[in-house]
Amino acid sequence: MKVLMLGWEFPPFSSGGLGTHCYNITRALSKRGVDVTFVMPGSSDDVHSDFVRIISAGKQKLIKVGVSLKPYLPSLPITAARNSRVSNDKVYGYGFFEDVRRYTEMASQAVRDVDCDVIHCHDWMTFPAGIRAKEEKEKPLVVTVHSTEFDRSGSLCPNPWISDIEWKGMYHADRVITVSRYMKNQIMERYGVPGDKIEVVHNSIDMGRYSKRKIRFGLDEKIVLFLGRLTLQKGPDYFLRAAKRVLDNYKSVRFIVVGTGDMLPQLIDSSINMGISNRVIFTGFQEEIDDYYRMADLYVMPSVSEPFGITALEAMASETPVIVSRQSGVSEVVNHKLSVDFWDVDELASKMLGTLRYECVRREMGSNGHREVSRMSWLDVADRTMEVYSETMKCHPAG
Amino acid sequence: MPSICIYFQVHQPMRLRGFSAFDIGKSREYFDSDKNRFYLERVSRKCYLPTNRRILELISKTDGRFRFSFSITGILLEELERGFPKVLDSFRRLVDTGSVELFNETYYHSLAYLVSEREFREQVKLHREKLWDIFGVKPRIFRNTEAMYGNDVARLARRMGFRGIVAEGLSHVLGWRSPNYLYTPPDSDIRVFLRNYKLSDDIGFRFSCREWPEWPLTADKYANWLSRAGGDVVNIFIDYETFGEHQWQETGIFDFLMHLPQEVLEHEGLQFMTPSEILKAKTPVGVYDVPYLTSWADVHRDLSAWLENSMQQQAFSEVKALEPLVRRRKHLLDAWRKLQTSDHFYYMCTKWFADGDVHKYFNYYETPYDAFLNFMNILTDLKSRVQKKPKPSYSAPNNKPGYYST
Repeated sequence: MKVLMLGWEFPPFSSGGLGTHCYNITRALSKRGVDVTFVMPGSSDDVHSDFVRIISAGKQKLIKVGVSLKPYLPSLPITAARNSRVSNDKVYGYGFFEDVRRYTEMASQAVRDVDCDVIHCHDWMTFPAGIRAKEEKEKPLVVTVHSTEFDRSGSLCPNPWISDIEWKGMYHADRVITVSRYMKNQIMERYGVPGDKIEVVHNSIDMGRYSKRKIRFGLDEKIVLFLGRLTLQKGPDYFLRAAKRVLDNYKSVRFIVVGTGDMLPQLIDSSINMGISNRVIFTGFQEEIDDYYRMADLYVMPSVSEPFGITALEAMASETPVIVSRQSGVSEVVNHKLSVDFWDVDELASKMLGTLRYECVRREMGSNGHREVSRMSWLDVADRTMEVYSETMKCHPAG
Repeated sequence: MPSICIYFQVHQPMRLRGFSAFDIGKSREYFDSDKNRFYLERVSRKCYLPTNRRILELISKTDGRFRFSFSITGILLEELERGFPKVLDSFRRLVDTGSVELFNETYYHSLAYLVSEREFREQVKLHREKLWDIFGVKPRIFRNTEAMYGNDVARLARRMGFRGIVAEGLSHVLGWRSPNYLYTPPDSDIRVFLRNYKLSDDIGFRFSCREWPEWPLTADKYANWLSRAGGDVVNIFIDYETFGEHQWQETGIFDFLMHLPQEVLEHEGLQFMTPSEILKAKTPVGVYDVPYLTSWADVHRDLSAWLENSMQQQAFSEVKALEPLVRRRKHLLDAWRKLQTSDHFYYMCTKWFADGDVHKYFNYYETPYDAFLNFMNILTDLKSRVQKKPKPSYSAPNNKPGYYST
């Protein structure tokens, strides 16, 4: 089976779930004997990979385009911060829409001679190129929706130009994959995609990287961790308000906020206003996030809308107990966690307090959660994805 | 042929309110009366009322030859008295037929045996008094919560005046021997009634399981098995909620029940007997020696469903530690005892959680961690109330600040 995959990030050019997903799924697919050609913006010089052929879409010309093709700027925790060429004053840079158009052109040219049985796109920026490839090659198109404009904007003022491309991609696709049932419901409701066209394939985790060995924080205090882009979608403001409630009742705890984003100044302000600034550490963007999981006594993911939430699995892989928002995909797949509605700050604070107070609940949740995620495998994701490929190849008139 | 000894366990826990860490110290109610009412209404409608009605019919159809026992927990009786008098009446009518024997247990369906002997004795006494008040009956058979059993439990039950006790008939204790006889513990003459787990679980767990080769289970097939079971007495001990709630009406469980007595009585020599009748008719054949504690729960048949992981152990040890303090605050005794109910600890069990089996089915919490945290919040509140100094009795009723200052 030959797959042409269009993505826009791949480690180390990665800002979160999508890059992790692309890296792991191409690796698992190639283990299953699938021939994957991966197209991404930017230079491929830094990508060390011997299991997937990577085509840089227009290497020379696209370096700049590739750099800009990051929808979360400037709030990107991983790649954006180290790139000084990007102006930091707008979420979507001035040339961004033009870049998407150019990516579509370049990618279409680059894949013209690529032979494949199925085309697979990840998120909206690759959709126009995917649709064009489908028309030219007359091969089935599968799109994976990792998040929608509604999630990213926290449902406030979604950009209609983007949501329109998303709709078109799902419309032209033969099958749509979502990373959770939560997400499936969202796109059925918001984009009118029929339910039987959507397949849910949950994300997974590769355990090898994570260590259970805890890192002790210098001070004799508990650590509660938030990790993610500081945007409305991730709910960092709910985290701080819950932190305040906890600190009113429990003194020896420190809250660490890892990541950056457009809400950072506002969050710093509010921590000062609430009088908890001496208890909250804003680290900014960090490259080595694994150590934070190992340092934390509790990981909290209070997202307003989280298509999946791979960080919760990463925390669990580090034997760290987690509280996740019910408005997330990950809460569907793991049992050994606590969950709350993101808006219920009291409930969140109550569960944080309980977890901090009782060592036994941290131990049980940590070790059971670790066992639970260690049974997961990206190979299962690859198998489920291949089933979807086969179905579309069966039905497609050209296939 | 053996006598058939059927006993139904009837119990509903007092479900706890969602109790946030911020509710501690605000003297909020611990028990969720709405939720309890909801579950009790449902189980009454689906199980207690229809099953009681059918069984009453069966007793009169067989001229009282269909005989069995109930063990109804004190907290359930209390709730029925308070809000469901009709359901209580239907139980009373059954007991009045004389075909139904009642067992004594801990009033709160609790782990009191593990708290202290004094606490255990008091809870058994409370249940005994309740049974006397409602049914006018003095039980002779004892069943500990979830059939928690060991030589020491049996000896203590004998000292408290019981003639028989319920236990799980465990193959690893019995060895080659059959559970279908009366046994005694090594150092007491109390009779041990051993649950035949194979035949009991055929109804309780496997009845509606289509992967089971014996499905569908019919009354005549089951009666045949009973007739070939051998021994003196076959003890079929199951949850009463099997009828209509664990096994829905649609599985045919009521048809099975309605035909079973007739089918059993058609076999010559096969008859129903209550434990007290068996005590008179049969003699023990050997010693059932359990120097530790067993139960009828899960596949391990030990205490691990309630007291295995560190959350369960911490929660229980904190409950236990409160005893001397609570005894000085009589008005909090009842709440403390309701927290000893085994179900609260069962909800914290993580053993089977990931596999989504019965623990999850019976659990009204999302996860065992929620169960633990909620329980601990309530316990912490109780602890703070227990530790508070009692109000001085001489204080003026309207003791506002500045009351005496002029």
